[in-house]
Amino acid sequence: MNRLLTILLLGLLPIAASAQDNDDARTKGLHIAQEIQDRNTGWGDSKALMQMVLFNRRGDRSERELHLRSLEIDGDGDKSLTVFDQPRDIKGTALLSFSHSVEPDQQWLYLPALKRVKRISSANKSGPFMGSEFAFEDLSSFEVEKYQYEYLRDETINELDCFVVNYYPNYEHSGYSYQQVWIDKSEYRVQKIDFYDRKKSLLKTLEFSDYEQYLDKYWRATSMRMSNRQTGKITELTWRDYEFSVGLSDADFNPNSLKRAR
Amino acid sequence: MIKAPVVAIALICAATSLHASEISGRIGAESRYFPDDGQLQNSVLFEPEIYWSWNNDHDSIVFKPFARADDLDSERSHFDIRDLHWLHVGRGWELRTGISKVYWGVTESQHLVDIINQTDVVESVDREEKLGQPMVQLTFIRNWGNLDIFVLPYFRERNFGGSNARLQGPFQIDTDNPRYESSSENKHIDYALRWNQYFGDWDIGLSYFNGTSRDPNLLPQINPVDGRLFLTPYYPLIEQIGLDVQATLGSWLWKLEAISRSGLDQDYSAMTVGFEYTFIGVFQSGLDLGLLTEFNRDTRGLSAPTPFQKDVFAGGRLTLNDAQSTELLFGASFDLDDSSSYSGLIEASRRFGNNWKLSLDAWIFNSNNPLDLNYLLRDDDFASITLEYFF
Repeated sequence: MNRLLTILLLGLLPIAASAQDNDDARTKGLHIAQEIQDRNTGWGDSKALMQMVLFNRRGDRSERELHLRSLEIDGDGDKSLTVFDQPRDIKGTALLSFSHSVEPDQQWLYLPALKRVKRISSANKSGPFMGSEFAFEDLSSFEVEKYQYEYLRDETINELDCFVVNYYPNYEHSGYSYQQVWIDKSEYRVQKIDFYDRKKSLLKTLEFSDYEQYLDKYWRATSMRMSNRQTGKITELTWRDYEFSVGLSDADFNPNSLKRAR
Repeated sequence: MIKAPVVAIALICAATSLHASEISGRIGAESRYFPDDGQLQNSVLFEPEIYWSWNNDHDSIVFKPFARADDLDSERSHFDIRDLHWLHVGRGWELRTGISKVYWGVTESQHLVDIINQTDVVESVDREEKLGQPMVQLTFIRNWGNLDIFVLPYFRERNFGGSNARLQGPFQIDTDNPRYESSSENKHIDYALRWNQYFGDWDIGLSYFNGTSRDPNLLPQINPVDGRLFLTPYYPLIEQIGLDVQATLGSWLWKLEAISRSGLDQDYSAMTVGFEYTFIGVFQSGLDLGLLTEFNRDTRGLSAPTPFQKDVFAGGRLTLNDAQSTELLFGASFDLDDSSSYSGLIEASRRFGNNWKLSLDAWIFNSNNPLDLNYLLRDDDFASITLEYFF
């Protein structure tokens, strides 16, 4: 009888141990995510220009230019205003987005030809942003509550010692089953993301480079390169003219202010 | 002698150094084909936009003229100033002074609450093109919402096509002798108010307008010389209350526009109610398919000068989300009381390179009822191709 119990207990031990490992992996993943968020808190407001170059499989390129204004919101996702400059037929089109961690985002689109402000559905998180390989959800602000985390291992990439963590989305309408994220241990900057589609096949890889530091604290990548591993298409983002503390307030992020966004 | 150009150049330099100046716009060519009689209508358009700003973008001026030259309809060859206004942005308020355009509303099949600007009828069948309206617009942006106060000191008459015009029915419209209820005619000062706000998933707008109706009554007249029937526009004074509501719930958009209008000739109300549902990433791709249905009701019934007295519009919008922004919109309006009355449209567009855009549009109209507006347009089915260069 005693022996039987021992055998049973011994049999259960590896299961218990792996459950313990899972908990540890989740806790460590969550700690890393919280550290990323903590290090990126307090920047206030910013603006920047973004150039986007789309390459199809044949190498044909097509360019977009847009500028963004962002406002940090305490305890919620950021507010952002994106205005398109290129291509010229959509110049002046503007997107206002109030991102939320788990609740659906609120989004308004301004169409300059009709001078119409349209509330749009934010259910298209997985949809392509301006025909690029970036989905709307890839460009929205990072909030800890958006994902469940699982720390996997340490790994060195780009000569940087990194954590590798899986992010499982908590919000609805994500196009991904999970993202595998490489974060450097020294500054907690995202270096690379592998996106896995709903069928858990590798869909896209995003690589960050040329990080620059602003206000002696906040790191922003100057270059981002998204490669679609299933279609061979590539989108390159280049950021420039980053400015922080430019005096933006809530009044600049209002469906009404969309009409005068330039 | 060389002084004037030097001064001009110095002024331009000073103006540009104020802060930012920007030129953009479009130039295009359009061809329409009417299969009922094989007629072709060709035109070119030009719409530049110049923008200056100073005072850290708190002050700006926009100048946007528009011109079209048409080879068939002399009245469709026209020039308009879409925008020429100064905008000052204060803390929690904005003041816009000059010629401009505003848009109110949420629905797609018709735009009931949108009343500030006169429709540029010769420009577009869908009535979405507008003439520039002189205005002083004061906007308050507060926690309780946005409040707009408009003073509209000059009235823009509706433009109509000339004797060769398509899409207008058989009667000549005498735009040279419009009549007004107000003795100050087109100098009558109109007022409007609008409040709008969002609450979570809901966007709500309430509006009030007091002034000259943008929709003329067309009075039948007999030409004493040749005995032919023609129409004279008559612009009554009206008051209108409008409500527009949109609920954005996941992939569903629920929409309502309603107006109540009173005036000398007739009190009536009208509404458009409907939904749009978007299927995201259909066929395992980045493609979105939106389906929309809207119900239109006008208490004037068949005497309403719109085809939307009791109609259902059903349509779809296909967005490829590709690098060329390819889009397809299709739909049809059906009269619920008269199955012979309907209209249909297809609009497709695609960008080529970074600056060119090609659009293909087609419309059909049908009705057996001579009192119905679609009856007047039954021989005006057309397809058009438009090529535009954006700079």
